[in-house]
Amino acid sequence: MESFLNRYRNITVLLLTILAQLVLLSLQVKNDQDVGFIRSWTVTAVSPLAKLADAVRGGSIGFVRDYIRLHDSDAENRRLQQEVDNQKLQIVFLQNQLNTADRAKALQLFQAKVPSKTLAASVIMTGLGTNSMVFVDRGSGSGVMRGMGVLTADGILGKVTAAYLTASQVQLVTDPEFAAGVISGKNHARGTLKGYDGHLCKVDYVAFDDKVEPGDWFYTSGDDRMFPSGFPVGIVKSVQPGQPFKEIMLEPSGMFRGLEDVLIVLDSVHQEIPDTPPGNQPVYVAPAPPASGDAEIATPAAQGVAAGTDADRLKAAYKAAGDAQGHTFGEDAPHSKPPDFTKLAGPGAATKSTAPANPPATKGTAATKSTAPPVQPGGGQ
Amino acid sequence: MSYSGERILLTNQRESRISRYRFWVMLVIPLAALLFQIYVPLFFRFLKFLDLPLLVVIYLGVMRRNPVSGLLMGAAVGLAQDSLAKTPLGMYGIVNTLVGYFAASIGMKLDVENVTMRLLLAYFFFILHELLYWIMQRALLRELPPFDWQGWLVTGLLNALVGAALFHFLDKLRVTA
Repeated sequence: MESFLNRYRNITVLLLTILAQLVLLSLQVKNDQDVGFIRSWTVTAVSPLAKLADAVRGGSIGFVRDYIRLHDSDAENRRLQQEVDNQKLQIVFLQNQLNTADRAKALQLFQAKVPSKTLAASVIMTGLGTNSMVFVDRGSGSGVMRGMGVLTADGILGKVTAAYLTASQVQLVTDPEFAAGVISGKNHARGTLKGYDGHLCKVDYVAFDDKVEPGDWFYTSGDDRMFPSGFPVGIVKSVQPGQPFKEIMLEPSGMFRGLEDVLIVLDSVHQEIPDTPPGNQPVYVAPAPPASGDAEIATPAAQGVAAGTDADRLKAAYKAAGDAQGHTFGEDAPHSKPPDFTKLAGPGAATKSTAPANPPATKGTAATKSTAPPVQPGGGQ
Repeated sequence: MSYSGERILLTNQRESRISRYRFWVMLVIPLAALLFQIYVPLFFRFLKFLDLPLLVVIYLGVMRRNPVSGLLMGAAVGLAQDSLAKTPLGMYGIVNTLVGYFAASIGMKLDVENVTMRLLLAYFFFILHELLYWIMQRALLRELPPFDWQGWLVTGLLNALVGAALFHFLDKLRVTA
């Protein structure tokens, strides 16, 4: 019996196992009842693992999702940062372009208004080891010569100390070895401008009794035969009394807006010294336009109105009456017959008499020229 | 002993080698297979065709070459499958018991290290499993399931391919002498 079981052990176990399961199955089918404990065991064994797997999955997915999201955010952040950087660079570039265009336009306008013959140039490099020397891109090939003055729209900048074929060396006004003749706009105190410390200048040889105050403007006097007279030099920062000369510190105006575009004075034409600072000079205001757009803009002569104030026109009328009667004001003998002022001509007649000295201007620009005050560099800025 | 692709039958009993596994492997592998089958299709429905518990039963059966061990493993895994399914307890149990028993019996005669043989065995037992289950449904439960033999062939092939890869992985869990 034992040998029989050993021999057929496998098949016996198989049959017993299947029989047991068949009984189990038939019981369930017949009674329509589940064998709860087997399911319970299985579910109890498997569910913790499923929970663990779910936790691992959730954590992994969350981690991966966060990683991807953060990775994307990081990439997007970098992209946006780069875009912002590019925009900033573009803004700086455009701003530089705009500034350059503005400077060029201002310099062009200034050049057109200055009677002296000038040559536009750009600063291309600075001198080694010094802040008071630069090089400009125009040289002897363009007619630049040593000793020529260099200007900006705001004032004088320096002088050409060496002219090479394609470039020139410019000594700035702040160089201690620089010197130029200057004159104050307010009281016409003369002196010599010298560089001081690379930033400021001083005005030497101004007599102690000359009246100079902080805030006064100095202009080129033309005495140095380098700069034409009448160009702004700078504004007085401090004045110390001294014997025999005052100690005047001055802030040069030619470098207010940096050193980029300059004018080299090729041929000097002197100008008048303005008695008002460049910033406070009167500003011409054009007359209001006519009501009708089609109306002709009349010139002062056509309107029969003399230029100037009412007093000027009255004075001109009296002078015209005197001239008509052969009277010379201020020269005739004391008890001579005075002119008959009952025959005063109207304002139009007075204008007519002065018209030859002040020819009728054509409409538009000529009218502006006849009435506009002389525009000074830096004026109105 | 060397195994070649051409030899699929063992010439004598001494050539058969019983693979041994640690106890935790025998416990964890079927549990992991069950877990895979009940959990992974929740997120990857297309993996529902995989019957990893069956593949594990086949593998352990053919590799251990012990019919009793094989049938008991089949019964345990099958009952666990039944417990986690809506079917009455015993349906998968009986089918897997038979598969485990036959796998172990055939494993004693065949070179089960051969990849082709493993593919064929996995394919054959999958079809056998489906057929036995279909028969039991009709005979014991008086149900009329469709005889989807074409589906069995296709899913059998896919399971065999996955089984071959799985067997290769499970080989690494064997206890080496």
